[in-house]
Amino acid sequence: MNIFDISFWQTFLPSMLMISAPIILTALGGLINEKSGIVNIGLEGLMGFGAFTAAAIHVTLEPQLSNGLSVSVALLGAALIGMLFSLIHAFATISLKGNQIISGTGLNFLSSGLTIFLAQLIFNQERTNPFKSGMSGLTSYKIYPSAFIALAVMVGVWYLLNKRVFGLRLRACGENPQAASGAGVNVKRMQYIGVVAGGALAGIGGATLVLTQTIQYTGSLINGTGFIALAAIGFGRWTVGGVSLASILFGSAMTYALMSSSNSGVIPREFFLALPYIVTVISLVLFDYWKIKRLGLS
Amino acid sequence: MDKTRSTLLMRFVDISLKNKLLMSLYVVAIGFLLSTLLLLMVGKSPMVMYNAIFQNITGYDLTRHRFNARYIGNWLMLSMPLVLTGLSLNFAFRSGFFNIGAEGQFIMGLTFAQYFAFVLPPMMGLTAILAVLLGGVAGAMWGGIVGFFRGKYQVSEVVLTIMFNYIAFFFSRWFSQNFLPDANSYRAANFPQEALLTNSWLQSITNNSQLNNGIFIALIALLVYHLVMEKTVHGFSLRASGFNPMAAKFSGIAPVRSAFIAMAGAGAFAGLAGGIVYLGSFTFGRVIQGQDGYGFTGIAVGLVSGGSAIGTLLSGLFFGLLNAASPLMQSRGIPREITSMISAFVVILIALEFGIKKRMQSWLIGEQVKRAQSTSEHKDKEGA
Repeated sequence: MNIFDISFWQTFLPSMLMISAPIILTALGGLINEKSGIVNIGLEGLMGFGAFTAAAIHVTLEPQLSNGLSVSVALLGAALIGMLFSLIHAFATISLKGNQIISGTGLNFLSSGLTIFLAQLIFNQERTNPFKSGMSGLTSYKIYPSAFIALAVMVGVWYLLNKRVFGLRLRACGENPQAASGAGVNVKRMQYIGVVAGGALAGIGGATLVLTQTIQYTGSLINGTGFIALAAIGFGRWTVGGVSLASILFGSAMTYALMSSSNSGVIPREFFLALPYIVTVISLVLFDYWKIKRLGLS
Repeated sequence: MDKTRSTLLMRFVDISLKNKLLMSLYVVAIGFLLSTLLLLMVGKSPMVMYNAIFQNITGYDLTRHRFNARYIGNWLMLSMPLVLTGLSLNFAFRSGFFNIGAEGQFIMGLTFAQYFAFVLPPMMGLTAILAVLLGGVAGAMWGGIVGFFRGKYQVSEVVLTIMFNYIAFFFSRWFSQNFLPDANSYRAANFPQEALLTNSWLQSITNNSQLNNGIFIALIALLVYHLVMEKTVHGFSLRASGFNPMAAKFSGIAPVRSAFIAMAGAGAFAGLAGGIVYLGSFTFGRVIQGQDGYGFTGIAVGLVSGGSAIGTLLSGLFFGLLNAASPLMQSRGIPREITSMISAFVVILIALEFGIKKRMQSWLIGEQVKRAQSTSEHKDKEGA
């Protein structure tokens, strides 16, 4: 594997886009979520719900509909299911003012249990049946539509958060709910919208993951991708551009790790797999160190 | 009739609000209720679930009328690590920190317990204990780093521990493949006999279950937790900083030190859990393939326990029971994931509990005020 070789990039770039797209989608969902003032560590679970739903819908509709139509319905279903389950988190944390971390953890538990439970009932095995072909690649280099969906969402979220009154209000609810409420914003409603929008995007994120990277949903499919998205939000410093770039960086590290055969290089493969998490820890610690130093707190 | 006397409902609400274990019992009961409904909805018999659970508690098979003590042994064996990871959550939680990192601390514990099982000189009865304890130290250091960053720079311990879970996982895979004898990508050599936690007496009374010396480590850990939390100044200051960080700071409790101790202590319990699972249930070194979930289930164990040692023991036994009974359910035709659904329902209910409790409190106060008013009106009328 030589990074100065053109063939390396011909494999690397499409794979990187394929692996990064679900991370970008989920991380931007989480960003909207956090901007409204509600942290959701249940992104991992919501991705699982999305991936399971998409796989189940696609494998059922595939024989009857055209590939494009079936995939579209699968994406839509995943978004709806993501919204539905994120409502649990919204209700617990916004209406009942419960602990956000406990509720998010609950979503993760529920996802890993319920998806496999349903798979056992519907498909009589601990996974969904495999579908014939997932999303079809667009060009000869197999760039999946998921990359374009991610790009569209990136632009859309940026426009919504930074250029619309809605975005201003949403951010106000996260930064200073009292002030927002004083200015006549319905804080609870905005936060509900934030959490549910996050759920929709995490659901789509999970769906694109299963429809591009594999042929069925299994219990170990998501395997931390939701937490990588969570890391990208922190490493991207809560801006749309930063979060997207962080997602791409993390996607690249994962792609490189997957491409390098185990124990061949000087740097072990595990290092690249752990890289997103290591980079995030370092960046969070450094930023908070600088913040405290700037404020002269210690 | 005395109108100030509360109604039955009011007294019920009052008692429930004051007793954490009682609240947990309701939560677990509702969790079971929801799972029962779910099974009925999909046309499966809930009795299969309850039979499997009964069989694991008593060892008695109601369908075939046979007794086998192995079920009890395996239930206890599966509960030990969960008691420890539950203590891990509690130790941090009662100090005001949320430890999502028991999974990673568990992994550090098992990694170094396995390593020391191979490199320590073989000493009958000692190697295994020492290796597990050193695993605990590794877990403590892994948690302690997070505690230090949390105390010193205010970095969210939730996000950090999530990251540390995955770093631990990949570190463990790399370390085990490179530093355990005869390691390939999934296993290493057999452990020396002295490094196993096996206890032939415990095995013989439970019809060859995998119950092992880890149970003593778990019980001692429970005792230590109880003593540290309830009987020492350390425990008091930890609880104080969890209860009111500002007040604790002004009364001279160092935030960095208490964050470090809280997270290192939490890591130690989870690290011990890793050691007893890997030196207790397996005879050969293993390279982990995925996260085992003991740390994550420990979150549920700790949340249900209400924070006390006895609560953690009961809660650990409960979740251990769910884990132990799930293969039995699967073999009798209901998806074993129903047990993870019960855990999920329980955790979500606990997230809802906070808000529900607040409503119950304000309802109770409202009722009491109403009653007090009506009695005083009553008295006024009598006076006039």
